[in-house]
Amino acid sequence: MMRVQWQRLWSKWMVAALAMVALPAAAELRVFACEPEWAALAAALGGDRVSVDTATTAAQDPHYVQARPGLIALVRRADLLVCTGADLEAGWLPLLLRKSGNSAIQPGRPGHFLAAEQVRLLAVPERLDRALGDIHAAGNPHLALDPRRLLSVAERLAERMAAIDPEHAAAYRERLAGFRNRWQAAISRWEAQAAPLRGRRVAVHHPTFTYLEAWLGLERVAMLEPRPGVPPSSGHLAELLEKLRAEPVDLILHASHENARPAGWLAGKIGVPALALPASPGGSPGVGTLESWMDALVADLLHAIGAEG
Amino acid sequence: MNKAIRAAALVAALPWNSAAADPAAASLRAELDALKADYEARIQALEARLARQEEQLRAQQDEAREAPAQRVAAVAPATAGTRAFSNANAFNPQISLILDGRMASFDRDPEDYRLPGFALGGEAGLFEEGMSIGHTELSVSANIDHLFFGRFTAAMAEEDGETEVEVEEAFFETLGLGKGFTIRGGRFFSAVGYLNQQHEHAWDFADAPLVYAGLWGNKYLDDGVRLSWVAPTSMLVELGAEVFAGARFPAGGERDSGVGARVLFANFGGDWGASHSWQTGLSHYAADVEARAAGGHGHGGEGGEETPTFTGDSDAWGANLVYKWAPRGNYRQRNFKLQAEYFAVDEDGDLVVAGSDPLEFSSLDGDQQGFYLQGVYQFQPQWRLGLRYDRLWSDNHGSDPEVLAEADLLAEGGDPERWSAMFEWLPSEFSRLRLQYNRDDSYRSRDHQWFLQYTHSLGAHGAHRF
Repeated sequence: MMRVQWQRLWSKWMVAALAMVALPAAAELRVFACEPEWAALAAALGGDRVSVDTATTAAQDPHYVQARPGLIALVRRADLLVCTGADLEAGWLPLLLRKSGNSAIQPGRPGHFLAAEQVRLLAVPERLDRALGDIHAAGNPHLALDPRRLLSVAERLAERMAAIDPEHAAAYRERLAGFRNRWQAAISRWEAQAAPLRGRRVAVHHPTFTYLEAWLGLERVAMLEPRPGVPPSSGHLAELLEKLRAEPVDLILHASHENARPAGWLAGKIGVPALALPASPGGSPGVGTLESWMDALVADLLHAIGAEG
Repeated sequence: MNKAIRAAALVAALPWNSAAADPAAASLRAELDALKADYEARIQALEARLARQEEQLRAQQDEAREAPAQRVAAVAPATAGTRAFSNANAFNPQISLILDGRMASFDRDPEDYRLPGFALGGEAGLFEEGMSIGHTELSVSANIDHLFFGRFTAAMAEEDGETEVEVEEAFFETLGLGKGFTIRGGRFFSAVGYLNQQHEHAWDFADAPLVYAGLWGNKYLDDGVRLSWVAPTSMLVELGAEVFAGARFPAGGERDSGVGARVLFANFGGDWGASHSWQTGLSHYAADVEARAAGGHGHGGEGGEETPTFTGDSDAWGANLVYKWAPRGNYRQRNFKLQAEYFAVDEDGDLVVAGSDPLEFSSLDGDQQGFYLQGVYQFQPQWRLGLRYDRLWSDNHGSDPEVLAEADLLAEGGDPERWSAMFEWLPSEFSRLRLQYNRDDSYRSRDHQWFLQYTHSLGAHGAHRF
């Protein structure tokens, strides 16, 4: 008698445990995005078919993220991982992958999607030497700041989502087509708006905006960090001040998650604006989507040089 | 083609009467529509191709405008991967080398160091006085194939004028067994404690906490297998078990034929908003101890070396807590880390002084515990400050107190205690200079200890644990 009860209880537990494991897999596609730009893109392409979690916010420097327990739990349950790659996440992503015990998102699997592998990168170093700072061997990883490259990534990402979730492949392609139309129209608009920016000279804190500069034709003449990843020293800033007095710039740019003080100090000395730009969507109020983020970047730049429409 | 089919279907769905009125015209129109749709699709594909090519051309032009130092070699756009290497070296594993060295100053002779009530084993003890290199750590790791990851770490250190190489890690680990399971096998650091799973170069202080020195010989590693499972929950729940050969301190000096030590652990963790993260863990360790040399110093008896050895059961419980804070989760500028661990060990067995004549022995009922609490604040990207407090207690009994005294297992009226403070400068992610001061009340009179330490990392950029 006792035994029968025990067996019943046991089978109840087993059913409950199985339901816990099996249910999430049957629901929507779970996307783990390393940066907010890829979360926004996955949401734009997936619509209500996907649920998206983001490892970082625009307020965080993606080079310096902790392999937090909460992130391991998120990667554990992900069906698709969308990250930048090019060693941007080298300090934390490999650990999350290994600790997760999730086979679907390991390198080489369809669930492992790196944006840097979908497009050609700028600023690939000709020489690899740590004396040059924290450089990325594969090239500059901040590629989402070029909307044309972002569109190429979108095309590949939609295909990847369709491959992982073939049942809804048509829906992903349809959403991609819609996104492509809107985005191409937006690119034309931004390019027209940003015409006054072409040829403007800028100094930057860190090579965060390499792609934006290349796209809009900004000319970078100086960097506040003496080497990528090494904070500006007072000696280096003093040298820069001399240099920028001789060859003036129009703007000093830094990402909103980067230290604002060196740029502010230098800008005050030479009398040009220092501009904090969100390096990812969501960095300031009202720029949560990719389109509003790009809108804000272009508008802020135009405003800073006093050339708004 | 999709569109063509859809157009045909649309035509087929037209009201019957119009189709019936002129079936030939209807079918003609359907064919025409299909043809139109087909061309539309083709034109769209061509347009997309053109747009892509334009994009590539523009990208190339933009690159040509880049500063010469950043100019990209003119390679074709990457398709699925990055550049097309035909170089076997590209598959070389990640290699990283840690250079570590220090200058140490003590008020008392470091050779006399003891932790009353605790057996100093493994690598426990003080650094050499003056200038010396510490652990030079060479680590090689890579994905073995699509199923396994592997790592090898060798630590080279000089002891008594001889260079010793210790294999610290040599393990494989499964890559996504699925369902949250991971198996690791080989030699590795046990998950019995939080700090125990970090390499020495990742520690926030130059030396191990007293509780690690007293109970684990600075760190606990052995040959064995680990199975761990991460639950599919929004909070991290990780459960795991390890079995070890039991050949190393504190399990024993002699290898068991089977399993000598077992560890069970559970870790939990999560975030509070964007700025706060936490992790807590519990662990249990059980070992059948076989002839473990207890007590760091052997007494030179008349007929040779006399070494107290312990044989019996050892049970340990551990708890740890880690809390990290960074404003809005941005660790680059400022962050704070609070870390605490507690261990309690219960040992039952026999102490035998090997080499004594007549043979000295005693029973041992040992109760040893301790904790440390430390906080580290990075107040600027390159500067960190830290404070640590260490405390140990012991209550060891036996049939012959003299034997216990010889094994350093009597507290001698004072429990070890230590305060440490450190200050770090990190010129880049790969280098570190540290100044540390310890006010050490471990043994009889107070010792003031100073360390000036460098820790530099060459090669691959390793990922760091939480």
